[in-house]
Amino acid sequence: MIPEIGHYALVLSLVVALVQSVIPMIGANRGDAAWMELARPAAVAQFLLVAIAFSALTHAYVVSDFSVLNVVENSHSAKPLIYKISGVWGNHEGSMLLWVLILAVFGAAVAAFGDSLPPSLLARTLAVQAMIAAGFLLFVLGTSNPFMRVDPPPLDGADLNPLLQDPGLAFHPPFLYLGYVGFSIAFSFAVAALIEGRIDPAWARWVRPWTLAAWSALTVGIALGSWWAYYTLGWGGWWFWDPVENASLLPWLAGTALLHSAIVVEKRDALKAWTVLLAIVAFSLSLIGTFLVRSGVLTSVHAFAVDPARGVFILVLLTIAIGGSLALYAWRAPVLKAGGLFQPISREGALILNNLLLSTATATVLVGTLYPIFLDALDAGKVSVGPPFFNATFIPLMLPLVVAMGIGPMLAWKRGDLLGALGRLKLAALVTAAVGLATYYFRSGGPVMAVVGMAVAAWAIAAAIDELAGRIGLGRLPPGESLRRAARLPGAAWGTALAHAGVGIAIAGMTGSGAWMTERIQYLAPGEQIGIAGTQVRFDEVIRVDGANYVADRGVFSVLSDDGRVVGQLFPERRRFLVSQRVITHSAIRTTGLADLYIALGDPAGEDRPDAWTVRVYHHPLVPWIWIGCVVMALGGVVSLSDRRFRVGAPARRRAVAPGIAGAEPTPATRGGV
Amino acid sequence: MTRKRRRLTLLGLALLGLFTATALVLTALEDNLVFFFSPSDLVAGGFEGQRIRLGGLVEPGSVQRGGDGVTATFSVTDTAHTVAVTFTGLLPDLFREGQGVVAEGRFGPDGVFRATDVLAKHDENYMPPEVDDALRRAGHPDQVAADETAVLEARP
Repeated sequence: MIPEIGHYALVLSLVVALVQSVIPMIGANRGDAAWMELARPAAVAQFLLVAIAFSALTHAYVVSDFSVLNVVENSHSAKPLIYKISGVWGNHEGSMLLWVLILAVFGAAVAAFGDSLPPSLLARTLAVQAMIAAGFLLFVLGTSNPFMRVDPPPLDGADLNPLLQDPGLAFHPPFLYLGYVGFSIAFSFAVAALIEGRIDPAWARWVRPWTLAAWSALTVGIALGSWWAYYTLGWGGWWFWDPVENASLLPWLAGTALLHSAIVVEKRDALKAWTVLLAIVAFSLSLIGTFLVRSGVLTSVHAFAVDPARGVFILVLLTIAIGGSLALYAWRAPVLKAGGLFQPISREGALILNNLLLSTATATVLVGTLYPIFLDALDAGKVSVGPPFFNATFIPLMLPLVVAMGIGPMLAWKRGDLLGALGRLKLAALVTAAVGLATYYFRSGGPVMAVVGMAVAAWAIAAAIDELAGRIGLGRLPPGESLRRAARLPGAAWGTALAHAGVGIAIAGMTGSGAWMTERIQYLAPGEQIGIAGTQVRFDEVIRVDGANYVADRGVFSVLSDDGRVVGQLFPERRRFLVSQRVITHSAIRTTGLADLYIALGDPAGEDRPDAWTVRVYHHPLVPWIWIGCVVMALGGVVSLSDRRFRVGAPARRRAVAPGIAGAEPTPATRGGV
Repeated sequence: MTRKRRRLTLLGLALLGLFTATALVLTALEDNLVFFFSPSDLVAGGFEGQRIRLGGLVEPGSVQRGGDGVTATFSVTDTAHTVAVTFTGLLPDLFREGQGVVAEGRFGPDGVFRATDVLAKHDENYMPPEVDDALRRAGHPDQVAADETAVLEARP
């Protein structure tokens, strides 16, 4: 009964979405307040209905209702509760339902917090959001219905792919989707503004918090996915330039560009057409990512099912959404009036450089990702574009970006003083040089690029701190006054510094693990020792352990200090899942914060050495910094969100009336942001 | 700065970006494209030193592990032809005899394929499209069909 309620609620939500996409749009064109007002209750109703559907499916998973096909194929009664729940989105149908749910969450949130928006803009935004929802609801109901029944129901299910039974991956999809789908709001706002033919700083102020929220979630989502790859795949790789990873990186890059260009619209009323285009592109890339991942054109853990009908459906949706919005853009963008003037060396100029580099990087990653698919479609041969391509194109574009990232926030709006900014960055430059020299001296055989990487990372962190210190007058003013200033500093300023420092921390992690990772793979029998990066590790024994739905061989390893004392233990496992009979390596990691000791237990050696096992030991310097950096970046986004300016209802269209104010004297209040 | 000049500067910068990107992409593509071949494609030879991807099934009974625990040799087959492969490193969890595999690397002078990366599928029910295609082209769609049925039957 409950699955039918879920199915019915999903059908109803499609009806609501269809109404919501038509009536408020017509109302906004006619200026009919009652028709426009319909958008808000409709958005909330749509969310509630999809939430009912999602809860119904979750319920079926939790109680292991094996009369539902989706549960049979992806769950098992012996699975731990957390993986029963995460199993809901660990398959094609359920993950598309999560997609639609998050779409509805964002729509409802805009409806709930939209009091300060002009009624016509709100109505049109929610109508566009509902159009996307209607398209995807049709997709779910038509090709990927998760509520399909089986009769007679089997006794138990086929279990979830064991690779997905992991805490990191349980939360990876929800965060990723919050980001991916969150960009839909920026898209809807952009399309609505194009229809209105009007974009002003207030528009940017409404769009920015949603973009920030989506961007922060996407950052966490990508980090979780990469962390999962790091410890599950058994050798500590954290990024493979795999097309499915690129599919999440592309909207992130475009979203990062959008975040920054929206600042220019907000502060200076310039770059409007470009910002609208970025909003469209960011969500379009999310859609392309969904298509790549869900249509089965790619080989990966994400390609749950290969069904041509689904691929064609998403491709049609993609064409309508991207084609339609770009056509609307071509038609309406010339209406947008250009705004404030500025010199090339200025905050605006720096943000434009940021946008140029980010969009160029987006384009190169897109080319590398799609090229093999196009070649294949044209029957021109099967190729793969691997990490060397991306390293050769992406890194050269990121280096100047990070260098500029340190300088940009120091420049004033309209007309900046490059020498002055560089002067204030003396300390950061000194730190950079010191770190670069130290790396060069101690690099112990690592590549030369490592020096550049570490120096750039130091620059990003030091410049962020330098900028904050300058703002609160650290060392220049008495400590009490500095503290008072720090407390008064707008959230956006803290957010900027945090996010920029996070980039630096992540770069340090990437460089460190890329340049100085060491590995040892060999047969090891209990009692034997293996040394790596100056640490001795002793293989004690292998014991048999029973998990909820697997049995495991658990290796016991002791980390020894110089005088032979045991300072820590690691327990890597080989888990055999009982239902699918698949063996999964569960590596063990001991981290000091500066480096990871990583052990994975391989196969038993076999006849030659009956008691030995293949043991893989890795030393990954700085690798935890990658994820620390991502968390700091996301934290920056969240802190920025807390800025007073974004608070509901607080900013009226005041600034739009007097656009000159923002560009005048850079007082601490107006300097906030970026 | 006038509006016109600013627009020109922006346009110039954008073109510069586009140019850089194109240059980067073209050079990188030229050096780093890796083509995919099935064992039958490689019979003719002439691929020595070229970095390629080889796809097919791991021939049952062909997997041998070296005494050091890190070197493995196996054969990749598309049912019509086979290629001997050696790989030093760790094989993916899902690497199994009779299953689809993609190996990336180069042919050595002895005609043995030296893989630097071995990719196996992430999911039991999934066959890399390249491998599926290679098997079909080798004229043995039965093998693929039998495989698929076996998988379907294994499901409850």
